[in-house]
Amino acid sequence: MANMRNVKVDMPQQTPDIRNKNFDEVALGYTLEDAKEEASRCLNCKNKPCVSGCPVNVRIPEFIEAINNDNLKKAYEIIKSTNSLPAVCGRVCPQEKQCESKCVRGIKGEPVAIGRLERFVADYAMKHFESEKLDVKSNGKKVAVVGSGPSGLTCAGDLAKLGYDVTVFEAFHVAGGVLMYGIPEFRLPKAIVQKEIDEMKKLGVKIETNMVIGKVLSVDELLENGYDAVFIGSGAGLPNFMKIPGEALLGVYSSNEFLTRVNLMKAYKPEYDTPINKMRDVAVVGGGNVAMDAARCAKRLGAENVYIVYRRSEDEMPARAEEIHHAKEEGIEFLMLNNPVAINGDENGRVSSVTCVKMELGEPDASGRRSPKAIEGSEYELTVDTVIIAIGGSPNPLIRSTTKGLRSNKRGCLVVDEDTLKTSRDGVYAGGDAVTGAATVILAMGAGKTAAKSIDEYLNKQDVR
Amino acid sequence: MYKIVKKRVLNQQMTLLRIDAPHIAKKALPGQFIIIRIDELGERVPFTIAAYDGEQGTIDIIYQTVGYSTKLLDTLNQGDYILDVVGPLGKASELEGYKNAVVVGGGTGCAIALPQAKALKELGANVTMVAGFRNKDIIILEDEMKDASNQLVIMTDDGSNGNKGFVTGALKDILDNDKTVDFVIAIGPLPMMKAVCDLTKEYGIKTIVSMNSIMIDGTGMCGGCRVTVGGEIKFACVDGPDFDGHLVDFDEAIKRGRMYVDQERAANEHTCRLTGDKHNG
Repeated sequence: MANMRNVKVDMPQQTPDIRNKNFDEVALGYTLEDAKEEASRCLNCKNKPCVSGCPVNVRIPEFIEAINNDNLKKAYEIIKSTNSLPAVCGRVCPQEKQCESKCVRGIKGEPVAIGRLERFVADYAMKHFESEKLDVKSNGKKVAVVGSGPSGLTCAGDLAKLGYDVTVFEAFHVAGGVLMYGIPEFRLPKAIVQKEIDEMKKLGVKIETNMVIGKVLSVDELLENGYDAVFIGSGAGLPNFMKIPGEALLGVYSSNEFLTRVNLMKAYKPEYDTPINKMRDVAVVGGGNVAMDAARCAKRLGAENVYIVYRRSEDEMPARAEEIHHAKEEGIEFLMLNNPVAINGDENGRVSSVTCVKMELGEPDASGRRSPKAIEGSEYELTVDTVIIAIGGSPNPLIRSTTKGLRSNKRGCLVVDEDTLKTSRDGVYAGGDAVTGAATVILAMGAGKTAAKSIDEYLNKQDVR
Repeated sequence: MYKIVKKRVLNQQMTLLRIDAPHIAKKALPGQFIIIRIDELGERVPFTIAAYDGEQGTIDIIYQTVGYSTKLLDTLNQGDYILDVVGPLGKASELEGYKNAVVVGGGTGCAIALPQAKALKELGANVTMVAGFRNKDIIILEDEMKDASNQLVIMTDDGSNGNKGFVTGALKDILDNDKTVDFVIAIGPLPMMKAVCDLTKEYGIKTIVSMNSIMIDGTGMCGGCRVTVGGEIKFACVDGPDFDGHLVDFDEAIKRGRMYVDQERAANEHTCRLTGDKHNG
């Protein structure tokens, strides 16, 4: 009989006033007792609605049952069979919109804490189990993966398990993409990402850093140089700006630049050389996870007042509920229904304030969310010295501009077949933000998985011919 | 790891490093740049490629020891390794279709402009190089500049080489005497490039400048290198580094170049007790 307690077992975390001054992980994870208590809330439903809510179809009730049976090794193997980055997903997936939104326990009370359990199992495995060397027979075929973010790593891992010789090309000096440069240490410790990448290498995946595909090698050259297929997972690496006056002032950052300086280049650690402006009052424009990450980093770097400036209301915010909650606990101020119209500077060209206008919600727009409209005459000035623009990104142009016959849409996103993720070029597949524009880690992973399957089918067909 | 195969001191402040990077050397074109990270704690720093040799597999950079990272770079010697080198980045210079070009360089900019001058000459243009230095003792790569051009004019601020004046003065003389000049490239400090562009605008001669902005990744991701060109935001790393000099907002670019002046000064003045003179700590 399932445990009929109506709320999730709490996950211990650092107290807000302490954690907003350090970069250590906020959520501390379940103990074995916590995990077993929470696992016992699962009804092990016959039709498994939760699985359908997961972009990579983790066999959720099965791994939870394994926890209940004290078989954590089996639990880990079940998760790992469909999800190559469980320690990452357990931390950054928007579970409340995915698996947990489908959980029957959510009808009366809180759903089972699937994300927390996944994280627990992955962390437990990292600590206690030696990774087993999979005995994979090489099939002699080579695949190149462009980008080592969530979609590229997933695609590479799945293909390696099938016996492909996979090389991942990464433009930065470390692998991991947004998991390394974007998501902060306090939400996703880099040591954990590195461990997942090391696991990938044990599968035989090769990673070449400092390789900007489209510059040092083109996609065509990869195909000419012996790669049988290419997966493009190059991300949404071109930040959007608002196109308002003042965006070139000193103290205006794209979220990419700000987060990269902090996370990848470790500007928060004094021994690193990376410079970052001292900041006191910070406006972060946007309402997604990236905006929350940037705001919470700014607070940790010593800013006194950090504002989230978002043009819609909290209901429309795309950020994970937990991130919004954590940001509020840490003292981030939320200015909802506010839109910046100009950034103002002093005589040295440094940011001195943002002019904002108040907004109201009208009819639903193309995204299904109520569209915000400016209230006339409601302009006011918000005194800040730093502005971080976190309104998404567009796909990087380096690959589409150097690959003949690779179709993209007017937003610069690569055009792919919805089912197979094949691009307009034979043997070239694409997924993740390069196709969708800025989205989530797990959607990118789902795409990497689909592409791996399609590439395998494509190359098998080539054999038959 | 990328090996320094040659270190050549050009003058008191300027040094040439030849780096073993075959895959970059094979692809490099005039106007492109690389980003290096000296060691684990270092920044990512962009350098224009001053020369490349696809057969030898090497690229050259020239640096002036003015900032924190170039001083750190200067501690390395022939045979040492640079942790990360990535490139070639940026668009190559568009140099085709010109008959009579003037390549203007200031300081290290002279060396950086060499690949463009060479390429223009190979494409059949008459190339005049105008190089500016503070005094005759710091003139660098004179033979290389001679080879890369049809005429070479070297100016010194103090006149110690017998040619007193700024590059703009020499350029004005050329433009006044030779009405067939159809292309100018200016590479050097921002105020110099601005002055050149102000001048060539009057003469209506197409002028390209190379913007070496502050950046992190060099692939369009951070947007830190943004430059306003013709009223639009452009990224120096992917849209440039070359831009139409008559459309660049230099005043803004000069301000953006001063972004981390205070931090830089602090880093230079500070000696870390942990690491000796290396890194902040």
